Amino acid sequence: MNQENLKNDDALQSREAVIEIKNLHKWFGEMHVLKDISMTVRKGERIVICGPSGSGKSTLIRCINRLEEHQRGRIIVHGVELNNNMKNIEKIRADVGMVFQHFNLFPHLTILENLTLGPIWVRKVPKKEALDTAMYYLEKVHISEQAKKYPGQLSGGQQQRVAIARSLCMKPNIMLFDEPTSALDPEMVKEVLDVMISLAQEGMTMLVVSHEMGFAKSVAHRVLFMDFGQILEKNTPKEFFENPQHERSRLFISQILH
Amino acid sequence: MDSKNQPSKTVYAKTVKPPVIQIGPIGWIRKNLFSDWFNSVLTVITVIFLIKTVPPLVTWAFVDSLWFSTGAECHEAGGACWSVVTGNFRFIIFGFYPHDQHWRPFLAMILLAGLLFYSQNRDHWNKYLAYGWILGLFLMGLLMKGGILGLDTVESTQWGGLPLTLILSIFGLTAAYPMGVLLALGRQSRMPIIQSLCIVYIELIRGVPLISLLFMSSVVFPLFLPEGVSFNNILRAQVAIILFTAAYIAEVVRGGLQGMARGQYEAAESLGLNYVQTMRLVILPQALKIVIPPSVSILISAFKDTSLVVIIALYDLLKTTQSTLTNPEWMGFSAEAYIFVAMIYFTCCFFMSNYSRRLERELNRSNR
Ligand SMILES: Nc1ncnc2c1ncn2[C@@H]1O[C@H](COP(=O)(O)OP(=O)(O)OP(=O)(O)O)[C@@H](O)[C@H]1O
Ligand SMILES: [Mg+2]
Repeated sequence: MNQENLKNDDALQSREAVIEIKNLHKWFGEMHVLKDISMTVRKGERIVICGPSGSGKSTLIRCINRLEEHQRGRIIVHGVELNNNMKNIEKIRADVGMVFQHFNLFPHLTILENLTLGPIWVRKVPKKEALDTAMYYLEKVHISEQAKKYPGQLSGGQQQRVAIARSLCMKPNIMLFDEPTSALDPEMVKEVLDVMISLAQEGMTMLVVSHEMGFAKSVAHRVLFMDFGQILEKNTPKEFFENPQHERSRLFISQILH
Repeated sequence: MDSKNQPSKTVYAKTVKPPVIQIGPIGWIRKNLFSDWFNSVLTVITVIFLIKTVPPLVTWAFVDSLWFSTGAECHEAGGACWSVVTGNFRFIIFGFYPHDQHWRPFLAMILLAGLLFYSQNRDHWNKYLAYGWILGLFLMGLLMKGGILGLDTVESTQWGGLPLTLILSIFGLTAAYPMGVLLALGRQSRMPIIQSLCIVYIELIRGVPLISLLFMSSVVFPLFLPEGVSFNNILRAQVAIILFTAAYIAEVVRGGLQGMARGQYEAAESLGLNYVQTMRLVILPQALKIVIPPSVSILISAFKDTSLVVIIALYDLLKTTQSTLTNPEWMGFSAEAYIFVAMIYFTCCFFMSNYSRRLERELNRSNR
């Protein structure tokens, strides 16, 4: 695949902002885990977030669909501000897909039922149509022959691809990934990354918490480096991995490269 | 060809049967009953005990027993007097329900058994089965009560025996379960008022015995009613049983809810499902499955506890048996009568626990 094509996006800066985060603060009890984060994500932009464990990466992207509540600052998704209004939250959640480290498929439902649950109950799509959409996305993640099985019968890589398909069935505008490959055995990482890359090629807006350097280099417009609840560096992937600016990022990169 | 350059072939070891040390019944006995001196002593004691007790019991129950006789004949004979059951069968089972109308509670019980039997197969579980149950329960009530379609009205004061026991438990359990689930959800709620109400309710109810609830509903509760308003006695007992069982169900269900991984809530919420949908479609189906075994023990004990309604003068199965025994003709044959009642209770409870085990197996098979 042509890496340059994928990222050659001069017009990105002029695109509409789909996520705006302004002076975001978040505390867990007394612990200050996000400190004055501001960032803008534009339509079609792909951002990889990395940083040491406990730096607040997960918390940041979980704030975007309100799996975590923030205490100060503003988060605006598609022009809708996240506050205590449950209707707004549900609307944003339906439009923002989320993929978890541990897949979190529903073990009591078949793969197909996992995929149609959201569309049928949230989008109110007719069942037949939801099934067609589900099959379409299952084929896309190369797993349609498993449609009738239960999640427990699938390998980790297959489950994660199902989880991605489940999110896609909601026709989201933005996809959030929280370390989608870090719970997988090495031989399954590629099959999941391939699905994500093809998603990137279609222009999906993506925020990915990941330490997969190859993935970041080939699809990300920007890499954010977080530590101590702050964004310490924003850079292009190439610059970030080859010539990191911040001493913490330098240390971090030397560690993930061993 | 030079065999030295060939890669060495894998040589599989021959598979053999496990070594047989001792086979046949002698081997089994030696291994399981006389493995060491302690085990041998236990075996001998047990055998002696069985020899002392079983033959007399069999003689009493089957050899010297009378099955269809009068009470007087029974008093002369030495064996078991099963006639106390056969001679009073209809009264024990149906209580004071009008004799010529016994077919109605009988039909109601058949209907119930049919519904239970049909519901055993999980493939039959759908909307229509739920409607079937509602219709079935309604029909049962109609059959019992009558007053419509040319059926004579039979006041609930005349209901009794096994149908009453079954009605109290089936209606009690079907109402208590959803209520218990709601209480459990309420106890987990983030709204402090709802949460504390549920906690207070659950702890209050669990802190008192069912008997006192039954007393309160039949003695204390009417004091608060305006003059002349009376409340059906059976209904009051029914309400007490429901309130009581629901509190226990709530605690069991709460255990199941706590066992759910946080990721399941998060996955459901991140799809945009609201609270009710998340609970109904994702959390409860899994949580309730986890708690099938403890739920069934609650259901079983609730079923047996319905016998406590005797204290508020309802003629349930146990009470009809008791009053049979107060008849001078049959006085003194309580062992036989109570063995019979125990067998009925046992059959029902055995069915319940068996059913739950099957259900669990089936659910596991489909989910794994
Ligand atoms: N629910 C919670 N309650 C209390 N503290 C929490 C909670 N979730 C996270 N934290 C704390 O917040 C900080 C940031 O956590 P977060 O999960 O965002 O880190 P992370 O960068 O995703 O780390 P990792 O790479 O290990 O996933 C950590 O110190 C963590 O211990
Ligand atoms: Mg994390």
